[in-house]
Amino acid sequence: MTNSWGRDYDTATLGRARKISGPILSGELDISFGSSLDYLELVQDVSESVGRLAGFDDDGQYWISLSVRESVTNAILHGNKQDLAKKVALSFHFEKHRLVICVADEGRGFDESILPDPLDPSNLLKPSGRGIFYVRSFMDEVSYRNLPRGGWEVRMEKKLKSNQGEQADDD
Amino acid sequence: MTIETRTANGVTILDIHGKITIGEGSAEVRNTVRELLQAGKKSILLNLGDVSYVDSSGIGELVSSFTTVTNQGGQLKLLSLTKKLRELLAITKLLTVFDTFDDEAEAIASY
Repeated sequence: MTNSWGRDYDTATLGRARKISGPILSGELDISFGSSLDYLELVQDVSESVGRLAGFDDDGQYWISLSVRESVTNAILHGNKQDLAKKVALSFHFEKHRLVICVADEGRGFDESILPDPLDPSNLLKPSGRGIFYVRSFMDEVSYRNLPRGGWEVRMEKKLKSNQGEQADDD
Repeated sequence: MTIETRTANGVTILDIHGKITIGEGSAEVRNTVRELLQAGKKSILLNLGDVSYVDSSGIGELVSSFTTVTNQGGQLKLLSLTKKLRELLAITKLLTVFDTFDDEAEAIASY
């Protein structure tokens, strides 16, 4: 795994990096992997570490990682239909007061307006259909688009509260 | 994920450890509940205090287990929800569906 500074990272390094170098509030981290659910644990670990690097508190890290995990699950299952030859691209963009995360797959996407509302009484006991709802609940902004090169992308944004940044600086 | 089964006052308690997620065999919960129903055990309490992570698939497993038990005339209740799991259930209005308890004795007495 490499970031935009050209340094190699493993997930353990990501977890320790802030203690060594202080908060990283600008830059980019890109990951690409085949469409296997086996990558979900790695995705979750990386997302939590990235959340920590960006200065989010424990709750923020948790909800960021859950949102990324849900989005990547959708990309693997519904976008790429678990075709190992098709890639999922996950990118984290660190900005001063926010973290922007994009998940792209090679599928055709979906029309969000026709997705069933999981809060509708007739849907409460359905076993599926909550993933996107959770993403929308825990991230500040969520949008979808068809990519010019083909494929589908979800863009998620989480704003860093000012007191979280101050706490991060004090660690 | 691992599941340990024990019984108290006619209630089967499933102590679930680890993650209930799509990547960690969330179907184990559903399968264990199904086996209990086949054995005639219809009073089931899921102890979730040691569950470290639940995703939307895991929530779906809990819902699926609940409806399966309810449809067969049984009761499935939840014990020791973590703060995060409680939030996941709350925002999808599922706290209105499940009976939840923090105290095991109180949960067992409710059947």
